[in-house]
Amino acid sequence: MALSTPATMGGAAARDLTAALTRRKFDLRSKVVEFVLVSAMALALLILLTLIVDLVYRSASVWSDRPWDFLTGNLNSQNAAAAGVGQAIRGTLILCVIVVVVAFPLGIACAVYLEEYAGNSRFARLTQTNVRNLAGVPSIVYGLLGLAIFVQALSGVTGGRTVFSGGLALSALVLPIVVITASEALRAVPRSIREGALGVGATQWETIRSHVLPSATPGILTGTVLSLARAAGEAAPILLVGAATGLLRTGDQGIWQQLRGPFTGLPVSIFSYARQPGQDFRSLTAAASLVLLVLVLMMNGVSIWLRNRYERKW
Amino acid sequence: MANATTNASDTMVGMSMNRTDEQVSPDPAATNDVVFRVRDLSVYYGEFRAVQDVNLDIRQNEITAFIGPSGCGKSTVLRCFDRMNDLIDSARVEGEIHYHGIDLYSPNIDPVEVRRRVGMVFQKPNPFPKSIYDNLAFGPRIGGIKAKSQLDEIVESSLRKAALWDEVKDRLKSSALGLSGGQQQRLCIARCVAVEPDVILMDEPCSSLDPIATARIEELMKEIVQDYTIVIVTHNMQQAARVSDRTAFFTTEVNPDGDRRTGRLVEYNPTAKMFSNPDDERTEQYVTGRFG
Repeated sequence: MALSTPATMGGAAARDLTAALTRRKFDLRSKVVEFVLVSAMALALLILLTLIVDLVYRSASVWSDRPWDFLTGNLNSQNAAAAGVGQAIRGTLILCVIVVVVAFPLGIACAVYLEEYAGNSRFARLTQTNVRNLAGVPSIVYGLLGLAIFVQALSGVTGGRTVFSGGLALSALVLPIVVITASEALRAVPRSIREGALGVGATQWETIRSHVLPSATPGILTGTVLSLARAAGEAAPILLVGAATGLLRTGDQGIWQQLRGPFTGLPVSIFSYARQPGQDFRSLTAAASLVLLVLVLMMNGVSIWLRNRYERKW
Repeated sequence: MANATTNASDTMVGMSMNRTDEQVSPDPAATNDVVFRVRDLSVYYGEFRAVQDVNLDIRQNEITAFIGPSGCGKSTVLRCFDRMNDLIDSARVEGEIHYHGIDLYSPNIDPVEVRRRVGMVFQKPNPFPKSIYDNLAFGPRIGGIKAKSQLDEIVESSLRKAALWDEVKDRLKSSALGLSGGQQQRLCIARCVAVEPDVILMDEPCSSLDPIATARIEELMKEIVQDYTIVIVTHNMQQAARVSDRTAFFTTEVNPDGDRRTGRLVEYNPTAKMFSNPDDERTEQYVTGRFG
């Protein structure tokens, strides 16, 4: 039988039902909430946009006068016309490579141990809590740690105030973040996948290597690359470890000499140029900031690309 | 008895276990050899006793069904057979389970070796997020088989046994997650079969499937039981009646020493008897739908 409510219900009842079903009240509350949410997002975007536009505008003279010279030039806090960010870009990239080589494997290994092997022991819970606390420690404290351990205690290995020490200090800084994000990615792998692998007689390591880690890879990559962007933007730790802020001359050196030589990074260059008086240095500060911003955005882009690349297509 | 020992040594190669002397079961109906002998089994999760005092024998090349209301411990007992309960930190097993006469919970038993011989199919189909081929080849590969031709052969024969070959033979390299629920569950059975286990445990394998897919799985179970021993947990009494040779009925009872409910084995008999003339009143009430 087809639906024929009005006929079976009688006139008044049918009208009431029609009215109830078709009533459209203007829902003020949800409109207000929606407006507040959209405004919050717009504000966040506006701040970022203002920042970028402002940096581009203020650094315009650098990009029009001597873009290549600036991008390849040496750190120089005396002579604005000769100053550049070449060494800073290279320094920051080397720092990032050290973080990738040191902090990523170490952090992922810690996460695999904590999530897959440690179980729910008191030790594991204590460690997890403390890793979370470590992630909240201010970066300057990691700078002091780097100064005490890598620059002074281990100077025989690191060569003292070198890019190697700086990279190790930054690795210590991002290690807890890598552990936390990798742990979360591992925890998100469904239990049924593990049971399926163990059920056909896989050992724990075979299960982790063949199923758990591949499933967690997109999440691990996203988290770790984002932590790398954080490391690239930190000034305080590498300042304390001894990144150059004044004049830095680096000649042609082998990679080992470079690792054990004086260095600077983009955030330190920005800091260094910002302290100098004069319009020229203000433009340099803006230009260096823009370079750092682009570098960080590029890293975030790589993280998104990696996530999409390794995300299971099924 | 001599037969049991031969079978045991065939399947036991590479397993380091203590042999204990086996007693012939007094059950007059017993014709097949005992695969699992369960004696006074209790399983605890922390302080909570989930199931207690279970005694039963699982026989070779038979389908044994575990039925009973939720929380009666039937899955818990099933997961003891392949040491899956080991994955739960708080789980603890008391009593004995002998597998072909070998104490399964002896300290020198390697659970990995147990699981190679005692496969498991889970409630929710859980194919790996990989290709159909890789799903099946994983087990044999970790078992040490590397040759492509040999793997190809295993993949095909396992899929044939699981009655899935004709449906997927043209897309072995595509994702297993693209299959329907029923196909995925048959893939999981094939994955289990690919490592040539001795026993296949099934934990409510049809609970997420429609009646047609369920019928196919049941048909499949009846075919492959010639080569394997199957233990199935099911909520579906008709399923137990249709497929199984023996049925164990579990229920829950309030502990005298606490207020938590503990599972117990009420009755274990040939399926025909369980559904027509059970020994225990509670079984009759349950199978006729008046209880549970």
